[in-house]
Amino acid sequence: MQKKSLDLWVGLFVLLGAAALFFLAMKAGNLSSLSFDKTYPVITRFDNIGGLKPRAPVKSAGVVVGRVAAINFDDKTYQATVTLELEQKYKFPKDTSAKILTSGLLGEQYIGLEPGGDTQNLAAGDRITMTQSAIVLENLISQFLFSKASEGKDDQK
Amino acid sequence: MIGFVTALGRWTRETIANTGFAARVLFEIVRSSGGLLRRFRLITTQIHFIGNYSLLLIAVSGLFVGFVLGLQGYYTLNKYGSEQALGLLVALSLTRELGPVVTALLFAGRAGTSLTAEIGLMKAGEQLSAMEMMAVNPLQRVLAPRFWAGVIAMPILAAIFSAVGIFGGYIVGVQLIGVDEGAFWSQMQGGVDVWNDVLNGVLKSVVFGIAVTFIAVYQGYQSQPTPEGVARATTRTVVMASLSVLWLDFLLTALMFS
Repeated sequence: MQKKSLDLWVGLFVLLGAAALFFLAMKAGNLSSLSFDKTYPVITRFDNIGGLKPRAPVKSAGVVVGRVAAINFDDKTYQATVTLELEQKYKFPKDTSAKILTSGLLGEQYIGLEPGGDTQNLAAGDRITMTQSAIVLENLISQFLFSKASEGKDDQK
Repeated sequence: MIGFVTALGRWTRETIANTGFAARVLFEIVRSSGGLLRRFRLITTQIHFIGNYSLLLIAVSGLFVGFVLGLQGYYTLNKYGSEQALGLLVALSLTRELGPVVTALLFAGRAGTSLTAEIGLMKAGEQLSAMEMMAVNPLQRVLAPRFWAGVIAMPILAAIFSAVGIFGGYIVGVQLIGVDEGAFWSQMQGGVDVWNDVLNGVLKSVVFGIAVTFIAVYQGYQSQPTPEGVARATTRTVVMASLSVLWLDFLLTALMFS
């Protein structure tokens, strides 16, 4: 009888550990957002991806519709090739445009899809041709300073 | 001068001999533990002793570490206006570092010392020699169950520590200070990766479990069979286990998160 109760306590201990691990995986980790839905790949090219990272979300109208699968550099066109994995249940027209956006002023970067009006839908392996690169804050600031400086020169004349 | 060189030579020889002997003891423990599967109750008893009795200490420590992380993290993040990232900070620091490391340090103090003292007193009372006389291998009967119990109990305790710690951070951050609850959890889920962070933390705690428990049983087995010897062995367990946990943590962090 005493051995039985000892086993019970050890069993409870192990169960508690499993529950803690489950809590860490589901509530603290991102296992719950890991979807096993079927996806199809779509390729896009950007002049500048800024700080985009693999596994970044792809959103349309603010809803996550896929993830960034891979980012590569193409040394023929000197552009970044970004492969997107879009969920099978969402269809987009062929002339959909993609742009790199930032959540908040300094938040993480994601890809926003803006659907076009084509009657045909994007299929696996298709390319999104209309893209807009990430806005790099440094370039923006330097442009602003440059235009301010040239304004000042005009005033002096 | 000659005396110094002699001392150096003796130290080198003893270090090598001790390392070799420790490796042989570890090998012998692992080799002889196949028979333990048939007598699993030996391990269960030790898990009850090592794990269940450490549970309260680990859970309370985890809760308070979580409280402190919530408070300190909030004050620092508040300066940059990004207190929404509090959940992420608490969860990452707990699963990656504090969970395994603090649990291992507490485990060395709570369970490691008692293992060393128990085995050391068995040796001082010549119980280990008596076992050998009865053709029972003390490595298999005494050391191996305690070793495996520690290796099993340590990751469980570390997971409980991290989970309770996150709950503690939630209590302070969300309930007391008033960080937005949705942002707390969603930032955490966005930033904590199950494989990279949670699983690597578990892996760390397994390595710490092996290191701490082996040091504890080995020190007990190697202790001088006198009251003073047992006292020294117990002290050495805490010092060596703590240092090796910190050192291993640095090594594992460099390997895992580089």
